[in-house]
Amino acid sequence: MVKRVLTHVALLTGAAVMLAPFILMLSISLKPPGEVFSPHFALLPTQWYAVENYTAAFTKVPLLRFLLNGLFVTLCIFAAQALTALPMAYALAKLRWRGREAAFSMVVLALLIPPQVPAIPLYIGLWQLGLLNTYAAIILPSTISVFGIFLMRQFFRTVPDDLIAAARMDGLSEWAIVWRIMLPTAAPAIAAFACLSFIWNWNEFFWPLIAVQEEHLMTPPLGIAFFSNAEAGTSFGPLMAAATVVTAPLALAFLLAQRAFIEGVTMTGVK
Amino acid sequence: MANPHRAEAIAGTLLALPAFILMWLMLLGPAVAVGLLSLTDWNFGEPRIGFAGLENYQELWDDRVFWISLRNTVIYVGVSVPATVLLGLLAAIAIEGAGRGRGFYRAAYFLPVASTLLAMALVWEFMFHPSVGFVNQVFRGLGLPTADWLQNPDTALFALAAIGVWQNLGLAMVLFMAGLKAIPPDLYEALAMDGADGAWERFRRVTWPMLGPALVFVVAITAIRSFQVFDTVQVLTEGGPSKSTEVLLFTMVQQGFTFLRSAYGAAITMVFLVLTLAITLAQTTILDRRAHYG
Repeated sequence: MVKRVLTHVALLTGAAVMLAPFILMLSISLKPPGEVFSPHFALLPTQWYAVENYTAAFTKVPLLRFLLNGLFVTLCIFAAQALTALPMAYALAKLRWRGREAAFSMVVLALLIPPQVPAIPLYIGLWQLGLLNTYAAIILPSTISVFGIFLMRQFFRTVPDDLIAAARMDGLSEWAIVWRIMLPTAAPAIAAFACLSFIWNWNEFFWPLIAVQEEHLMTPPLGIAFFSNAEAGTSFGPLMAAATVVTAPLALAFLLAQRAFIEGVTMTGVK
Repeated sequence: MANPHRAEAIAGTLLALPAFILMWLMLLGPAVAVGLLSLTDWNFGEPRIGFAGLENYQELWDDRVFWISLRNTVIYVGVSVPATVLLGLLAAIAIEGAGRGRGFYRAAYFLPVASTLLAMALVWEFMFHPSVGFVNQVFRGLGLPTADWLQNPDTALFALAAIGVWQNLGLAMVLFMAGLKAIPPDLYEALAMDGADGAWERFRRVTWPMLGPALVFVVAITAIRSFQVFDTVQVLTEGGPSKSTEVLLFTMVQQGFTFLRSAYGAAITMVFLVLTLAITLAQTTILDRRAHYG
């Protein structure tokens, strides 16, 4: 009994530390400048300043634009990733063709390369094509997900061959089999793939920082760094309001779809 | 009617082709290109390019900043990996045994993994604020020494490591939870039959040995992620104060993109790649050995 209580005390203390930044962020986003630097921390403001802070966050920088950019970029990236990864995963898992083993080895090899490694050549290539400072510059390098190919291939291998044979008897093309047979059976794996793709690309800072300088193209992390720089640590209220707005979509999605998120991460351990 | 095997071979190739081309265009090709570029003298935008052999690596060898950067990266990894793995393991074991509230704890510890690090880094900047920050307020309350954590060259790297631990702990935790679930319950029952039923005995004789492969995996994943530390450095310290938080990816971006020294940046990228691959190699070697003799 004592042991159980101690476990909960330790876990609650840990949870308090883990959640402290989120609580602080919300708290400051509600406070006027005078209270932010008050020597005694209070969870709630004495003078509510939420409207002013959140209004400032959306007007001092084009925060809405950053959010829409983030949404557009993540959707394009996942669409491209799924559109290319699923057919290849099916070909690797269920079809016999020359070079299949070699292609799979290359996928495994590519999995080992950290995403920052191709940055310099990609930058040079995009510069030669005149594509720096465009949405394409942010999207193109992420259009391929070798992780997605690997994950879906593992999952597709467990789909019974009879199902595919029956689909062929019904006259379905291989392309149609990918989308009408394999896709529905692999729903949990796709959900995990989608979750990870969105987490990773919504939060990605390294590559957009390199590829884009113009304010109207910035994704949420880039936009908030830009905001922080412009304000140089003076207006914490609006900055924390912006941080809350940027963090909220993923945090809410996570709380609603915990299982898919955690399973996705566990299946792979990668991002 | 066409030969079905031939049709299957054609379909397989065609379905794999788009992803295969993109994989080479965006990942494997550029990775090879980085290696080749590191052997040249090219600066971004220059009209001509020349072969330079290992000159860039020679320059790295003599570059004081590079060694500081490498040393800082290794310290960062060396501090944050053990802390992340240990705390993640403790959290996983405690939550598995907690009974009520498991869902809440798991969500609370995992939330930082799913949140935008860049936004949270700015919150941490405020947490580390010398006068009104949470960290100093708590430390003062406990009678511990306080500091201007991010502006002091002796503490800045460790403050960043603390943020890294906070962010990755939940990942280690869920991976360990999956590992714990895979341990057959009859092992604990057998131990109880032997009369050894204490928590420590259970951990030492069953959990720890059975968790081996998961542990190696978590250490490798955490180490690879820690090597990639960049966001917090870029937005909170910019490598300072006095280069105390200069880390590999930050140096690479400075050289390759700020100073436009593409070839030199490529050489730093190669060092980064080799270190990452070394971790993966160590991981597979250890796991293989366990599989053979374990």
